[in-house]
Amino acid sequence: MKQITVNGEPRDVAEGTTLAQLVEALGQAPQALATAVNGEFIARDARATVHLAEGDAVFTFQPITGG
Amino acid sequence: MALRIAGIELESRFFLGTAGYPSPQVLQDAIVSSGTQVVTVGLKRQLAAGGGPGDFYKLIRESGAHLLPNTAGCRSAREAVTLARMARELFGTNWIKLEVVGDEYTLQPDPFELVDAARTLARDGFEVFPYCTDDLVTCQRLLDAGCRILMPWGAPIGSGQGLLNPTALRTLRARLPDVPLVVDAGIGSPKDAVQAMELGYDAVLLNSAVAQAHDPVVMARAFRLAIESGRLAYEAGVMAKQEMAVPTTPVTGRPFVL
Repeated sequence: MKQITVNGEPRDVAEGTTLAQLVEALGQAPQALATAVNGEFIARDARATVHLAEGDAVFTFQPITGG
Repeated sequence: MALRIAGIELESRFFLGTAGYPSPQVLQDAIVSSGTQVVTVGLKRQLAAGGGPGDFYKLIRESGAHLLPNTAGCRSAREAVTLARMARELFGTNWIKLEVVGDEYTLQPDPFELVDAARTLARDGFEVFPYCTDDLVTCQRLLDAGCRILMPWGAPIGSGQGLLNPTALRTLRARLPDVPLVVDAGIGSPKDAVQAMELGYDAVLLNSAVAQAHDPVVMARAFRLAIESGRLAYEAGVMAKQEMAVPTTPVTGRPFVL
């Protein structure tokens, strides 16, 4: 297991878990959110190639109203 | 006369923010009554798993207006660049309202981080709409960085103070005659929008002045009329002011000399 954070909350993930798998585990449709790992944007198509490492900080963003 | 901006033609010169409305229905009605073709949207970090976009966002999407996502909340170029890339994927547009705040109290844009982020994003294929101060040299640097549009503030965000420095805005218009200029932030009442348009600005972006009105739907229409009116006045040419009275009726001297 590796410990990461998802939107600031600690979370354990299995060795070799990809960002795409994490998004699925979060119960989110892949196109419903945008992702970044350690402050860098990870495009939807690249999520399956990103393997999460110990201490990674994952952020997911969704659309909201704005000024 | 239509506005050509970022490669498209717009009939409306009113860009409307979508935050802070009392209900999704009021927002939807305000968008319609404003006549806007460009609405701003944002991104929020998800706090808990689950839960998709709310009703507000669905209605915005259905409005058919062009989406202008912002990078609200960013304090550095790096943050803004990452958020802009997320917005491009999430909203399916290369337009980005670039906001990088440098001061917590005034929410004044940080010109250095803004130029830095603008350069990276313009190179990356974004159409950057920078929310900037009214400083001429900062604006010139943003153009050098690849921006084709500028959005100087009228007053601090959400303050409703109107155009605090018309002289600076006039200078920008005079020095950058071919650049689309949009007054963004600080507009409180329709008269502020008229003033911005009479200065020759190409469009106005506002949010709180409509969202916080007692009746946002009617206020959206008031701003629509104000922006059209100010634009027409600019195109028609406002008369020169005179120090003294000048008789209007073409009489010959006094009627009777009694």
